Amino acid sequence: MSDIHAYERAETAPGEAGFGDYVQLLKPRVMSLVVFTAMVGLLVAPVHLHPVEAFAAILFIALGAGASGALNMWWDADIDAVMRRTRSRPIPAGRVRPGEALGLGLALSGISVVMLGLATNLLAGGLLAFTIFFYAVVYTMGLKRWTPQNIVIGGAAGAFPPMIGWVAATGQIGLEAVLMFLVIFIWTPPHFWALALFVKSDYQNAGVPMLTVTHGRRVTRNHVLAYSVLLAPIPVWAALTSIGGPLSLAVALVLDAIFLVGAWRIFRRDEVQAEADGYRVEKSFFGFSILYLFLTFGAFLAEAALRPWGLGGW
Amino acid sequence: MALQPTHELHGRRFGRNLGVGLLLAGFVALVFALTVVKVQQGDRGHADDFKGGAVTPIDTASMP
Repeated sequence: MSDIHAYERAETAPGEAGFGDYVQLLKPRVMSLVVFTAMVGLLVAPVHLHPVEAFAAILFIALGAGASGALNMWWDADIDAVMRRTRSRPIPAGRVRPGEALGLGLALSGISVVMLGLATNLLAGGLLAFTIFFYAVVYTMGLKRWTPQNIVIGGAAGAFPPMIGWVAATGQIGLEAVLMFLVIFIWTPPHFWALALFVKSDYQNAGVPMLTVTHGRRVTRNHVLAYSVLLAPIPVWAALTSIGGPLSLAVALVLDAIFLVGAWRIFRRDEVQAEADGYRVEKSFFGFSILYLFLTFGAFLAEAALRPWGLGGW
Repeated sequence: MALQPTHELHGRRFGRNLGVGLLLAGFVALVFALTVVKVQQGDRGHADDFKGGAVTPIDTASMP
């Protein structure tokens, strides 16, 4: 972390960052995914919260995600400065001091956990606290720089929000919550490894042990296919539970088919072919993976929305 | 160097203070709304303690 000292001498005086710089620390794009999946987890649950409680629950789950994002930026400031994708973040760009990011992250962590616990139940608050700890300490401070399995285990942090939403409504962890967790957990590795295949130089320069760096690109392609095969049955299984129905089953089957074809095409290619067309297949698989997650959870939400008219669900 | 009232720094500070102020106001409003909802629903966390004789009255007559 010695590189951080360089940022402390950057041109921004203490406390002179703009409001938007602090918002950037919370990783708003990640927060938007957290808001969506937590909202789905909360709305598909069989117990319905008062709208004010539901709004507060989603807000504090998102705030907790933002807090862990700020802690991540504080710890990773040195490697963020090296990677092209992250070097304009507030700390490496010198707009926010590392200590400010740490303070903001810790304060928002405390506020979000306590408020979620008070607004809904203690289990939900405890799960949010565990998620922040898992992302900031286990993933960011531990796994990310030590093992090429960083994405696999670290993906759990991003998988918790729908489970927390479900627990906020019901007060307990059900099978449906576990399946929603598993969808994101197993989806994360092929999603990020596809990204790593076409932004290889960034991770190499930063010294982050991505699978592409430690085990090579052939192994990474094999892993993308293996995890895609593992992922396929999970949304189908979820579609057969109380949160699913014919619509979500059809969506899961179609999405799985497209996802598996994409993973198979990545598996079949070598680097010569990929470089020849500018990693077109990998980029298209990465883009579709985002759509895959959005539509999978969107289908569960649609089932819940159609239920009052007797259309959704089994 | 003296700062002019229209300096960019003032605009940035104003934006930051306005943002923090609005966030705090929103937080207060949310806590108030949550309080109203919780009170209307009753304290579900402890309401059952006082139903069906869960709380046994103390027999003060038998106490020394």
